Amino acid sequence: MTKVHVTTSINGDETEFLCEPHDTLLDVLRNDLSLTGTKEGCGSGDCGACSVTLNGRLVCSCLVLGVEAEGAEVGTIEGVGEADNLNVIQEKFLEHAALQCGICTPGLIVSTQALLAENPSPTEEEARYYLAGNLCRCTGYDKIIRAVMDSAETMRGEVK
Amino acid sequence: MSEAKKFNFIGQRTIRPDGHDKVTGKANYAADLSLPGMIWGKILRSPHAHAKILKLDTSRAEAMSGVMSVATFDDLPSVSNEAIQSGEGAIDSLDLGRNVLARDKVLYHGHAIAAIAAKTVAIAEKALELIDVEYEVLTPVLDLHAAMKADAPLLHEDMFTQGYPEQPEKPSNIAARHELKMGDVEAGFAEADVIVERDFVTPTVHQGYIEPHACTVSYNTEGQSMVWCSTQGHFDVRASTAKLLAMPLGNLKVIASEIGGGFGGKTTVYLEPIALILSRKSGRPVKMMMDRDEVFRASGPASAARLTVKVGGKKDGTITAMQTSIAYEAGAFKGSPAMIGGMTAFTPYNCPNVYCETFDVVVNKPKVAAYRAPGAPQAEFGAEMAVSELAEKLGIDPVDLRLQNAAKEGTQTVYGPKLKAVGLVECLEAAKNSPHYKTELKEGEGRGIASGFWFNIGGQSSVTINMNPDGTGTIVEGSPDIGGSRASMQMMASEELGIPLNDLKPIIGDTESIPYNQSTGGSRTTFATGMAVIEAAQDVVHQLKERAASLWNVTPDQVEWRDGSAINTAGEGQMTCAEICAKCEKTGGQISGTGNVNARGAGPSFAVHVCDTKVDMETGKVDVIRYTAIQDAGKAIHPSYVEGQFQGGAAQGIGWALNEEYVYNDDGVMENAGFLDYRIPLASDLPMIDTIIVEVPNNFHPYGVRGVGESGIIPPLAAVGYSVGDAIGANVSELPCSPPRVLKLIQEKG
Amino acid sequence: MAMVFFSGELQRFTGEEKTSVVALNYRELLGELHNKYPDLKNSEISEMAIAIDGEIVHEPLLELIPEEAELHFFHFIAGG
Repeated sequence: MTKVHVTTSINGDETEFLCEPHDTLLDVLRNDLSLTGTKEGCGSGDCGACSVTLNGRLVCSCLVLGVEAEGAEVGTIEGVGEADNLNVIQEKFLEHAALQCGICTPGLIVSTQALLAENPSPTEEEARYYLAGNLCRCTGYDKIIRAVMDSAETMRGEVK
Repeated sequence: MSEAKKFNFIGQRTIRPDGHDKVTGKANYAADLSLPGMIWGKILRSPHAHAKILKLDTSRAEAMSGVMSVATFDDLPSVSNEAIQSGEGAIDSLDLGRNVLARDKVLYHGHAIAAIAAKTVAIAEKALELIDVEYEVLTPVLDLHAAMKADAPLLHEDMFTQGYPEQPEKPSNIAARHELKMGDVEAGFAEADVIVERDFVTPTVHQGYIEPHACTVSYNTEGQSMVWCSTQGHFDVRASTAKLLAMPLGNLKVIASEIGGGFGGKTTVYLEPIALILSRKSGRPVKMMMDRDEVFRASGPASAARLTVKVGGKKDGTITAMQTSIAYEAGAFKGSPAMIGGMTAFTPYNCPNVYCETFDVVVNKPKVAAYRAPGAPQAEFGAEMAVSELAEKLGIDPVDLRLQNAAKEGTQTVYGPKLKAVGLVECLEAAKNSPHYKTELKEGEGRGIASGFWFNIGGQSSVTINMNPDGTGTIVEGSPDIGGSRASMQMMASEELGIPLNDLKPIIGDTESIPYNQSTGGSRTTFATGMAVIEAAQDVVHQLKERAASLWNVTPDQVEWRDGSAINTAGEGQMTCAEICAKCEKTGGQISGTGNVNARGAGPSFAVHVCDTKVDMETGKVDVIRYTAIQDAGKAIHPSYVEGQFQGGAAQGIGWALNEEYVYNDDGVMENAGFLDYRIPLASDLPMIDTIIVEVPNNFHPYGVRGVGESGIIPPLAAVGYSVGDAIGANVSELPCSPPRVLKLIQEKG
Repeated sequence: MAMVFFSGELQRFTGEEKTSVVALNYRELLGELHNKYPDLKNSEISEMAIAIDGEIVHEPLLELIPEEAELHFFHFIAGG
């Protein structure tokens, strides 16, 4: 099979890669570009561990083909925050102990960032439904939701 | 002990030391390691639940371009029936080998038969289709009723029920029967004014860790082979893998990657021995990853169970007798947590007359693995449902009835010893005084309350603290950190050394960095590994004092250690940890402290949960509207992660009670092997889970720690189950309370 | 004199619910029990954990047995 040449932007970096037509964006990110912060939990779009943004839209990268990244802008966990500075959501996840094993955390942080970009003042219920596609088996979501609500408040400037 | 002990670090809500890596995506999990020249392994799995393998021919697959090696059971050197330690206790190495790769017979749909390593996943998957297997399909045995019938088809022709005075004449699917008793239940029931007797059923459920099993391995013919994998116990992976491959332990180094959840399910091996064979035969590093479908079909779920429970009480609220008979599905090989069911069912109660009979039964489903307090949720579900019903029939508040009969220090357990100091009464009182319990229910809402008992264990932990010339140090521990335990280890070491948290970096050492360390499980890590950390830190302090003494030319007993500094009590002088470490070169070389313990005196952690639900009477859908989890931590080292254990256990128990179950068709094929159809709780399914940490110190731990990982999954089954029954006015006897089942109960009630 | 209580499983080999034993340590204890109840050799008692006055010890080989102690044998518990 002939590989396809793809030119894309990942976390603002122009990136080129070759992939099989059937390779998922998740495979490409993890196996070809060594961006292993994006995790695979199910491969069927049910768990959200592989959440990334594609042209600003939140997607499961296991349901996107690598070739679909052509000309697009991809955002992954590696692009959240700055090299030496965590962003508010990352800080709040740590402060609220919103992770235990941490495998769902990159996906949840990418999703939370997308949520708060769309809706800076979510209610608890809105946050819970927006994040319903990101499974966490360790925490029971309590501390995650607290971290998300606190992030929203802080980002709105309502620092407690 | 620590009644009025003042702590500097313990009890604070610190930022976990591994947190930064985890919120930035830098933390490396099982599937994140790739090696130069690495190839990919995939597994051929049985399409039948029960069949004889008549022929297995891999030659066409081996001939395919890009295929590098093939593995079958014949590649496992002769394995014997020797026991190997694993999550739920010892398991037979022949059974383990046959579970890893089938020999002669496949025993469940998804049972591994052969594996292929190839240059790409796509080639490996294509090559699997070229393996020729001929089966003689047998009738599958899919539930306890079918399996326990005298004329049931047998999974193992050579298995005879253990636990009867005489070995039975005929083989059976019942691997063992266990009996525990004390007092006289007949006399106890004769005394009772009210007796509740009911049957209960719980489903097969999966631990549901989000990270599938995966490993990257490299076999070295000369010297040391390497396994990188996600596990709760890398020393046990080494033991099992080395056993199956007949390797000396020293030839195998196992590195525990970050672990993406386990809950008991990552205490055994599935891929690691296969990957190592594939690597040996190809001369290349091999990576293997299960997909989610394989995780459901072929890694250990928790036992389904059927139980009968009978409890009796007097009008004054005294529980006079408690009795149960429980059958547990073990899956394809013996070894369900049946015995534990009998040991846990009624332990929250101070009742003199108890009888428990349990059965370990094989069926054509994947071999079960440990799942958070293995065996206890099923047993205590039935017990707690029956006790709540007894309270209702006696007209006594369910918390009051439990308080009146609560196990406490000195209570005789059915499994032998009397309990030491425990915090059940304190948990029940906290429940009674909670805002939740004082909230009045509205029309259509229901409430359930349940207790949970788990033993907790100690065992072997090994820790080394290596000090650096600048006074910082590395804590090398052997307990894979599944939920933030590195934070606790850092806090305990800082507490002893008196130096800042960030001066001490905890890491999980591989199997050659430190001596053997039991797996993360049994709620043992903060307790036992914590003890080892404290011992290692005290060893470092001892040596720091000796070095300071030699620099001051005084005796070590003239040096005191206070807030991270040595104080010269024989004269003037104070030296910080960093100052002493900087001079180690002059005083005899660098300092490392060790704490290698076999910790004993683990203290049980009792839990009490309160659950309110609301049921949609048209659809049968249940919403949990209020939930409170109360548990005795002994001493909470890091309260946030203790609460996290309570909440996580509660959420898994709620899932078990409301939605989760393996659904099989008549051929023994699981029909919901994915997260879409096997529905674990989502963020939108749950309310906030309130927590109350009770602290009744365990006097065998320097700080009073008990360990909190497991008890929290026990009460939800009955707390939710009883609450649903209360909401709809019917008796719940079967989990999960999924909409069809609840709707049926509503309709039957009319 | 320590008191040993036998579980239902062990009672099949001892025929008794309990017995008193003079033993300084676990090794002596096991020896005494094997002398007193030869059938115990067919049981799993030597692989079992022991509770000494309620304190559970998984690997008791070198354990000292206090006078007047209450002793219970039971199977090793692991957990998830």
